[in-house]
Amino acid sequence: MHEMGIVTHLAKTLDDLAKEQSITKIGSVTLQVGEVSGIMTDYFTDCWDYFKVRHPVLKSAELKLETIPAVTWCDHCKRTYPTVEHGRECPYCHSGETWLLKGNECVIKEIEAE
Amino acid sequence: MKIIELHESVTASNDRDADTLREEMRRKGTLLINLMSSPGSGKTTLLSRTIRDLSGNARGFAGNRAAEDGLKTAVLEADIDSDVDARQIDRLGAKAIQVHTDGMCHMDAGMTASGLDEMGYEGIDLAFLENVGNLICPAEFDTGAGRNVMILSVPEGDDKPLKYPLMFQSSDALVISKIDALPYFDFDMDACVRRVKALHPAIRIFPVSAKTGEGMEAWEEWLRSALCDWRSES
Ligand SMILES: Nc1nc2c(ncn2[C@@H]2O[C@H](COP(=O)(O)OP(=O)(O)OP(=O)(O)O)[C@@H](O)[C@H]2O)c(=O)[nH]1
Ligand SMILES: [Mg+2]
Ligand SMILES: [Zn+2]
Repeated sequence: MHEMGIVTHLAKTLDDLAKEQSITKIGSVTLQVGEVSGIMTDYFTDCWDYFKVRHPVLKSAELKLETIPAVTWCDHCKRTYPTVEHGRECPYCHSGETWLLKGNECVIKEIEAE
Repeated sequence: MKIIELHESVTASNDRDADTLREEMRRKGTLLINLMSSPGSGKTTLLSRTIRDLSGNARGFAGNRAAEDGLKTAVLEADIDSDVDARQIDRLGAKAIQVHTDGMCHMDAGMTASGLDEMGYEGIDLAFLENVGNLICPAEFDTGAGRNVMILSVPEGDDKPLKYPLMFQSSDALVISKIDALPYFDFDMDACVRRVKALHPAIRIFPVSAKTGEGMEAWEEWLRSALCDWRSES
């Protein structure tokens, strides 16, 4: 459900951009997806394929996905560590007073267009 | 083909729609409050009581507070597929509308704007959006609301800020609901407040019970002053 929502917005953002910059065709879209953004890339690609044929400028656009590593901050020992490996418990001091610094974003890095 | 670098959030088009809606609502003098929480946190119960109190209907004796002091409220319910909540609010005499999210896990600015247009909000002081019950997606999508409020109920536990930091960071106020249940849960209020403040120092926190009425006044006072600020900010 989340993937569908994001693809809807992505398509709209690109449509707006195409109008603004008189782009007639987008060849590829590069997205940076956080490791813990909750986006399942397979499902995301399916949603994209479903959507793109409904938007003339996107019809032949390839979706390229890059991963942004997730980093967690420990408020107890004031250090950061990789989230996916260690989860919510700080590997240095074992505190649970931790939260995500980055890794849940989803950013359009660039597009190829004509 | 040329490469265009964007480095822009996928939801950028939504952010623009949200800004447009906010400007329009400011012109009309209506403050939209986006309520976000897990399912069952007590949103509908809190809203029912808040609306009753703010409308002035429950002030008891006439003269206690002049009727014209009452605020006009409206509610947009974004429940995925039921209209039970909207009917409950309707009975209080506030304007209510069920907005359909087409199975989506959050409300976006476009859906919010069409819900508001369909309902009509001329003359409404405060409009509440009961967002879809979910702590992840709604925080990522700007609805165009003037203020964002999160509701965390005591049974959900005091460690929610650690699990869902974005939700707390994107809220102007946090209502800690169902405090009448504190004796039955190991909810550490101080720890919760400390965690929330660490994530977002400026957030306002209101512990309330919509059941007993405890804490409701401070929350309602905040709503009134938020409305004043909204109308004087430019
Ligand atoms: N003890 C106690 N229970 C409450 C309070 N507020 C709500 N509840 C109960 O919590 C349950 C859920 O309340 P709702 O107001 O329907 O919660 P909601 O967030 O609107 O729920 P959904 O719309 O289904 O996500 C109900 O059984 C309420 O009676 C409160 O202040 N104290
Ligand atoms: Mg409800
Ligand atoms: Zn640590």
